[in-house]
Amino acid sequence: MAKILAGVGTSHVPAIGAALDTGKAGEPYWKPIFDGYQRSREWLAKVKPDVVILVYNDHGTAFALDVVPTFALGIAAEYQPADEGWGPRPVPVVKGHLELSRHLAESLIFDEFDLAIVNEMAVDHGLTVPLSLMCGQPAEWPFKVIPLAVNVVQYPPPTGKRCFALGRAIRKAVENFDQDLRVVVFGTGGMSHQLHGERAGLINREWDNQFLDGLTQDPQRLVKIPHVEYMRETGAEGIEMVMWLIMRGALNDNVKEVYRFYHVPGSNTAVGNIVIENK
Amino acid sequence: MTRKPRDYDDIPGTYVFDYERAHQGYHLNMFSMSLLKSENRKAFLENEEAYLQKFPMTPEQRQTVLKRDWLGMVKLGGNIYYTSKIGATLGKSFQYIAAEMSGVSQQEYADMMLNGGRTPEGNRSLSGKK
Repeated sequence: MAKILAGVGTSHVPAIGAALDTGKAGEPYWKPIFDGYQRSREWLAKVKPDVVILVYNDHGTAFALDVVPTFALGIAAEYQPADEGWGPRPVPVVKGHLELSRHLAESLIFDEFDLAIVNEMAVDHGLTVPLSLMCGQPAEWPFKVIPLAVNVVQYPPPTGKRCFALGRAIRKAVENFDQDLRVVVFGTGGMSHQLHGERAGLINREWDNQFLDGLTQDPQRLVKIPHVEYMRETGAEGIEMVMWLIMRGALNDNVKEVYRFYHVPGSNTAVGNIVIENK
Repeated sequence: MTRKPRDYDDIPGTYVFDYERAHQGYHLNMFSMSLLKSENRKAFLENEEAYLQKFPMTPEQRQTVLKRDWLGMVKLGGNIYYTSKIGATLGKSFQYIAAEMSGVSQQEYADMMLNGGRTPEGNRSLSGKK
């Protein structure tokens, strides 16, 4: 049977991808970030997942404003890196896992999560930067990826409670899949950042770290955080952190934090990373 | 346009991209998204005004693009994830745009971020009650 072993929370700042792609990862500004992820990379290389369910958001790349799916699950064989205005990132094509993604879609819909289903889409920095941070620059990504895109651009995004419940349903679906697969769930985005308006650049280190604490100590507190609190305390774009609650929902009640990294700044953003294993 | 009051209205310097703003900025944002294609970037850079005319935006919205008025775009319904594609086309980063919107030089903004970012203290609420 398939099994979820662990969850990873990580920011997905586009400038981090650009720094890696243009050979700037060793520069003093970026080096602390790549160094800070070193232990997570080593951990993931040891865990060797077969599949990563990658929760992220599209940034007006594959989806526009004509149709805004709240949750969209990819069931394609592969996903091309997107051109976000400066050409596609020079990273490997992202390979899907057809059987597990189809099973997930069917299971989640019968479990009353009415997902949008995606057969073709390009994937932007929201998906590829977490892969780069967690895997470096391999010739091929070392696992299959099932993208789960969440709307956090058009207000309102789904609630934290709904995200957590979706995570729970993902766990159930994975555990009912009849192939022996090792699965890790990534929740991406955040942490504090505001990219627009006169308040751009807001960072709330204390709030972010309480959120990281809550992932293992009291996820039910996090689930109740209203949207206005994310926006007020962590910047309007900090609301991306609801996606981390899908990852947390997909884990067991009993978990342990394996590693945490927090760094300001990554361009406009507080870069956060956490690795959480099921006990 | 009547708009019902929202709990996020008193967050200073923040323009939450709700359905009203999405409606107001729809064509500005869809224009921005068109710049994901390299042939469209080329056409825009060759003749910005002509290219902008292809999209049914308001004249004010077109002017914000021509004047690189990044905050003005947001105030007229632009969403940063879309308008940043104009930035990408012009070789301008998210951080450059953020500095422009917050009214400081790029260096001042970069220094603020290196020093831990903009503090939430005093920046949570217009009423000052939160």
